[in-house]
Amino acid sequence: MRLFFISLLFISSQIAISQNCENTITGKVIDQHDSTILIDAKVTVLETKQIALTNFQGEFSISGLCNRTYTIEVYHAFCDSKTYTIAVSGDIDKTFRLEHHLEELNEIILEGKSVEKKSNTTLENKISKEDIDRNSAKSLGDVLNNISGVSSLNTGNTIVKPIINGLHSSRVVVMNDGLRMEDQDWGSEHAPNIDINAIDNITVIKGASALQYSGNAIGGIIITENAKTPVKDSLYGKTIITGATNGRGGSITSQLTKSFKSGWYGKVQGSTKRFGDFNAPDYNLSNTGVFEHSFSLRGGVNKFNSGIEAYYSLYKVKTGILRASHLGGAQDQVRAINSQEPLYIEDFTYNLDAPYQDVTHHLARIKAFKKLENIGTLNFQYGFQQNNRLEFDVRRGDDKDKASLDLKLNTHTLLLDLDSKISSTTKLKLGLTGQYQTNFADPSTGVRRLIPDYDKYNAGIYAVLDKKINNQLLFEIGARFDYTYLDALKFYRTSFWESRDYDTIFQDIVIDGDFGNQVLANPKLNFYNPSATAGLTYQFKDDYKLLFNYSLASRAPNPSELFSEGLHHSASRIEYGDLQFNSETANKVSLTLQRESNNFSFSINPYVNFIKDFIVIEPVEIQQTIRGNFQVWEYRQTNARLLGVDVNSAFNLTNNFQFKNQFSLVKGKDTALDEALINMPAASTKNAIIYNNKKLNNLYLKLESEYVFRQNEYPDNNFEVFVAETETTEIVDISTPPDAYHLLSFNSSADFKLSNKTSLTVGFDVSNIFNTSYRNYLNRTRFYADDLGRNFLINLKINY
Amino acid sequence: MKNFKFLTIAFLSLFLTTACSSDDDNSSIPTPINEEEIITTVTVTLTPEGGGTEIILQKQDLDGDGPNAPTVDVSGDLVAGTTYNAVIELLNETENPAENITEEVEEESDEHQFFYTIGGDLDVTTTYTSFDSNGNPLGTEFTLEAGAASNGTLTFTLRHEPTKPNTGLSDAGGETDIEATFSVSIQ
Repeated sequence: MRLFFISLLFISSQIAISQNCENTITGKVIDQHDSTILIDAKVTVLETKQIALTNFQGEFSISGLCNRTYTIEVYHAFCDSKTYTIAVSGDIDKTFRLEHHLEELNEIILEGKSVEKKSNTTLENKISKEDIDRNSAKSLGDVLNNISGVSSLNTGNTIVKPIINGLHSSRVVVMNDGLRMEDQDWGSEHAPNIDINAIDNITVIKGASALQYSGNAIGGIIITENAKTPVKDSLYGKTIITGATNGRGGSITSQLTKSFKSGWYGKVQGSTKRFGDFNAPDYNLSNTGVFEHSFSLRGGVNKFNSGIEAYYSLYKVKTGILRASHLGGAQDQVRAINSQEPLYIEDFTYNLDAPYQDVTHHLARIKAFKKLENIGTLNFQYGFQQNNRLEFDVRRGDDKDKASLDLKLNTHTLLLDLDSKISSTTKLKLGLTGQYQTNFADPSTGVRRLIPDYDKYNAGIYAVLDKKINNQLLFEIGARFDYTYLDALKFYRTSFWESRDYDTIFQDIVIDGDFGNQVLANPKLNFYNPSATAGLTYQFKDDYKLLFNYSLASRAPNPSELFSEGLHHSASRIEYGDLQFNSETANKVSLTLQRESNNFSFSINPYVNFIKDFIVIEPVEIQQTIRGNFQVWEYRQTNARLLGVDVNSAFNLTNNFQFKNQFSLVKGKDTALDEALINMPAASTKNAIIYNNKKLNNLYLKLESEYVFRQNEYPDNNFEVFVAETETTEIVDISTPPDAYHLLSFNSSADFKLSNKTSLTVGFDVSNIFNTSYRNYLNRTRFYADDLGRNFLINLKINY
Repeated sequence: MKNFKFLTIAFLSLFLTTACSSDDDNSSIPTPINEEEIITTVTVTLTPEGGGTEIILQKQDLDGDGPNAPTVDVSGDLVAGTTYNAVIELLNETENPAENITEEVEEESDEHQFFYTIGGDLDVTTTYTSFDSNGNPLGTEFTLEAGAASNGTLTFTLRHEPTKPNTGLSDAGGETDIEATFSVSIQ
């Protein structure tokens, strides 16, 4: 090959003497497989050393060429570069096709262009690998918080559950590289069991429009993905070390990828994270530490026409829960809420004591694809997940070290999917899904099961079609149907069973009514859930885009909504579900106006979501027990309406300075009662000034202000309780939201090249610069303690 | 290609099997759980020094955190000017025979404490007679001196993991395991 070049060079230079050299070569660089344009591809004329980069349209232009033969090298990140011999005579136009594979690490290709669209008619929000690396020590929920319209329901600051457009838990689906996470997401204090260091990019779709993933994502879908491994011989990896002052801990994560030109590849990744008690500005938050490990292994072969991959990951986390939030009853609640400081403040420690959670999540899967000529790409996936959740409470006697909750959830999932291109403008996606799930609640806890033993079967079928009507207009339509069968075995307290009239309504499902004061019932429930989507994308004036989407989503009630019956310790309340619930149905319309240009970009995304039979939990009465009074919260179905808008904008002030703004607002209403919905995120806005200089070690400086308004719309769930020691009746204020707050943070990073193949990125961050004391409405420990104080963080990333 | 055919067949057969399995009866019955820690019954027995009628105060909630309200029972009136030796007994009556929880509390005496709150005009004084391993009050036993004829309430509060020593409920902290209020008269 080299000889050929040299001879070519030699020959061409012979001809090059004294000619008219005013020819221009223009052209395009595209992907050989699917003709997508390749941006930032480097086109080099070897003879003249002229270089051009392709623009956003994949186009380039090189002028001043003579009438002769040139050797042109075309290179794109992680494609094998290709050389062409071109005889130039006059101006010519040429299209170069590269065998392009999604890039891995080191090089950042403009986002969104290289990754396939999940939904064509709703705004997709992405988080890049760079941002994930920057937040290596944080949780998935923390990272997602950077997207407008995404907030979180926190328990302390380590259990962070994402909220999309005001909805969370079972209404938000998390897809882990194509497999739906089954990690007992029904609990509001159960965070997603994913280590962000094990994933490469995240996409958030606010709504249920991506039917290929799920039909019941009434809130939205979080899609985490791994970058594809390049098809070439290479070995690369990275290590990130983070240290932080608040919590006096940090994390370390490392990964190594080996790939071969034959398409074979393997990747290994591991992380560990440890923090002790975090602190608020004025005191230590006792028992809030976290200890997390994760490990993943991936291997497979990727050919042009087919591929297969095996993957295994382990995620293990032990999370402390603020000791002061564990309460006996309403009298304790009054004391805790009225106290200015938490009732337990001990010295800093790394030890975790009750109450704490200990969760282990295993995920194993095999996926494969095959390109079938004239039909499309067939994808297959089988996944197994095991989620074991242990929760430890403050207990007495022999039970002290025993878990109060021990649930083991096993899930088998099968997916079969066909992606076909019917014509150059029409694409069709067809798929089938099947799932078998079994939950086992270990009786050795000595505490009645919060979630009963159950088996759940699910089958789904879907079709999504998109059609490009012309260069400006794209149309998308899809439908999906899911069938769910749930077979549970649950012990009910006889007193509850009778108080609900279940003894007459459900007398057929009683297996045995003779367990002392308990009844064993065998509910068998069927749910039929249709879902659909339709939308349009209209492109105009070059850089404007209008997206419209309507989606219908329907969700079967989760086990907690159906079966809850008893004291929920961490909330200090008694919770009751209802066996008679049917599915909730959402109709969401969202509109997005988007402009993407060099100096001013923005997106405005208003939406409205009408939810029929919305399942909500709310207080109904006070119940007396021997431990004092507890508030009873009952699930109930109603109709809800969520109305909101998310706004993003970015101005490039100069080449290096950028100003960014985000604003989100959501209003939730129970339309049956004409009352505000509980736990709706307050309006918030973020403003940032960013300085970035690629020439100066890619120096990045960002100063960000975050203002969270007070939530003024909330239901009044306060209640009164008699306190014997003072002989007074006190109001337990569990409703009033905390005041608005403003936080300032600083982020910075710079890149250093250590050697040809090794680079170092150093980051330094400060959050809550002024050490402001604040409480967040959506933090379940807000009644008892302030949120986090100032934190300094150092982040070192080595790519090799 | 062959593999894909096989997988497709395997996949479809899963649908068929799940569709048929709905009539299956569950062969394995899960073990019922009777909560060991639950306290269903608090009984305070007041024995007059030098003989007389025992007074028994009892609060009982047999369904624990279930919807039925507890029952509260006072066997009679206290006699003015009498000193009573009192013993508190905690039972879990969901088990058969009933489990004595007082023993557990006494074993972990430094992590528990009873508090006695006098409400209304009731003229009584209480004195701890049982103590933990550090010499701080535990309160499973106490003496009660009934003063002049009066009416009011007597509340017994058991705190788990309180701050010890303390000056009373207000600075004790911990979690409430028991709260039982009785209407009492002294004749």
